[in-house]
Amino acid sequence: MMEKFGSLDTVGVPLDRGNVDTDAIIPARYLKTVKRTGLGVGLFFAWRYDAEGKELPGFPLNRPEYRGGKVLVAWENFGCGSSREHAVWALMDFGFRAVIAPSFSDIFHNNCLKNGILPVTLPAAEVRSLLDALSAVPGSRVEVDLAGQTVRGPRGDLHPFRIDPFAKTCLLEGLDEIALTLASAGEIDRYERERGKVTPWLFRDLAG
Amino acid sequence: MPTLFGKIWDRHVVTAREDGNVLLYIDRHLVHEVTSPQAFEGLRAAGRPVRRPGTMLAVPDHNVPTTRDRVEWIDDRESREQIEALRGNALGAGIALFDIADPRQGIVHIVGPEAGLVQPGITVVCGDSHTGTLGAFGTIAFGIGTSEVEHVLATQALWQKKPRQMRITVNGALRSLVTPKDVILAVIAKIGASGGTGYAIEFAGETIRRMSMEGRMTVCNMTIEAGARFGLIAPDGTTFAYLKGRPLSPPPSLWDAAVGYWKGLASDPDAAWDREETLEAGNLEPHVTWGTSPQDALPVGGAVPDPAKAADRSERERIRRALDYMGLAAGTPLTDIPVDKVFIGSCTNARIEDLRAAAEVAKGRKVAANVTALVVPGSGQVKRKAEEEGLDRVFVEAGFQWRLPGCSMCLGMNPDRLNPGERCASTSNRNFEGRQGPGGRTHLMSPPMAAAAAVAGRIADVREVAR
Repeated sequence: MMEKFGSLDTVGVPLDRGNVDTDAIIPARYLKTVKRTGLGVGLFFAWRYDAEGKELPGFPLNRPEYRGGKVLVAWENFGCGSSREHAVWALMDFGFRAVIAPSFSDIFHNNCLKNGILPVTLPAAEVRSLLDALSAVPGSRVEVDLAGQTVRGPRGDLHPFRIDPFAKTCLLEGLDEIALTLASAGEIDRYERERGKVTPWLFRDLAG
Repeated sequence: MPTLFGKIWDRHVVTAREDGNVLLYIDRHLVHEVTSPQAFEGLRAAGRPVRRPGTMLAVPDHNVPTTRDRVEWIDDRESREQIEALRGNALGAGIALFDIADPRQGIVHIVGPEAGLVQPGITVVCGDSHTGTLGAFGTIAFGIGTSEVEHVLATQALWQKKPRQMRITVNGALRSLVTPKDVILAVIAKIGASGGTGYAIEFAGETIRRMSMEGRMTVCNMTIEAGARFGLIAPDGTTFAYLKGRPLSPPPSLWDAAVGYWKGLASDPDAAWDREETLEAGNLEPHVTWGTSPQDALPVGGAVPDPAKAADRSERERIRRALDYMGLAAGTPLTDIPVDKVFIGSCTNARIEDLRAAAEVAKGRKVAANVTALVVPGSGQVKRKAEEEGLDRVFVEAGFQWRLPGCSMCLGMNPDRLNPGERCASTSNRNFEGRQGPGGRTHLMSPPMAAAAAVAGRIADVREVAR
């Protein structure tokens, strides 16, 4: 069951990089857990720390002005690569509740929606202006209104965004999607009976 | 006028919502130890059973060491616990398991097809982005996150929106020592790391038709590296011949009916494509990556690009960062780049044909003194077959290490990894920063090119090494 998504008025954290892959968001050695919690320590590990484990002061997440920010603003193709949902769990555990970018990888985008993190896709020029504003005045705030589907930038600029209506409802109400689907169990039963007649070779037990 | 993808999709719609999302039925579900424990835990917490365990196969691959002692003991406690969790979850739910000591164990995307459980016209998912590999059989096969794994466990279905349709046509006969890996690297370089986002990509054309199932799997495997969750190829005689007689293929009593059904699976000649691309492969050169994105591939005769010549500010900055991470200077010929390690393996290139192609280059030659080289067969069956053919002896005599099956050095989750600053010629799929171990530097290439790099001690044109 995911957390409900309310509106946000928070510090915006700029990460001006494209093709940020999920290996960079959470390195593989943190994937050995059997839990969903506690992954924030590994978030962007190789970019946050040097070889001795000391914080790299230039990295946005380490700068005092950006601490506690709940909105990450990044460049194109955010979350590409591995399907690891640990990337979303790590962002969430660290405190992020929304990511704004010109584009997202498909799997990462889905994973966000299943966990109550809002992925906001905006035109590249608008993301560029947000990145510039957040970098120019570190600690500037961003407002995200899911119900109204708008982002307000630090200069008062308003950016409408689109979202799948069902995903929006799930986020706003924190719905359990599995419970919703199980309400259609009768239809799944019926599908299996019909399909079993057409492709009977697919209805043998692999463990048998 | 539907595409192949559209035909399979339509036959799997359980119910549709007005907003365009459909509940898509899932025929087969593969699970490995890394992305499934939280899904099983979620089911337990909600008191929900696994709906159809008979459609599933579980196999440990990401965490497993590739050395012989792994069956007795695994040093890494967390790795051990994940593998134990997979075993417990599979046995508890009645799911088929190819456990660590099973001769069929291997990389999930390699053992599924070997068992015959991936068949044309089906839907397959796995909590792994390289699931698109299985689209080589003419299936809708895609990677999902752990929440979706849990959803499939509980319901045998997923809410999905139909992706846009792209066709990539590849024409021309590949020259000697040019491989399907070079084809897909060239495709990714052409359309970019996000060129396929939102799409399902069907690969077509005479080059694809001539490929074996192994080669087709290599192509579909890296579709995700172009951003597309789905890559697929229409089934044909090559597909049917591969499937005949495999343990989980349709039994003899249903074989003819199955083939009849499969033969109807192709895009209509007038199918509507949202995007079309072509690649002329007749003059294709072996490809190598220089940067930290799979789109950074060039013909091996090329040189490291100059950020100053990039099209815009973002790209200039991206190339500059990549060269800094990779420790490379602009203008350096690719064949002047020395390597420390060579990795021949992964779900991209650890099937029998890959090992044959690499062994052909390794035969009678020696791994350079400065290089550590690993060959990791993709499955127990690949390993056994290679040993029957004497490939293991070819590799060992040349100075390669011959290992047990697993994901190995592709991803830095098991003991096989790069040390900081080490440079690797790798047949895997991702050259991301730190992918093969923190600070490691990856150059992606084909199995014969990796074998040539091992022999030369640097990135080399296999056509010169093998001359």
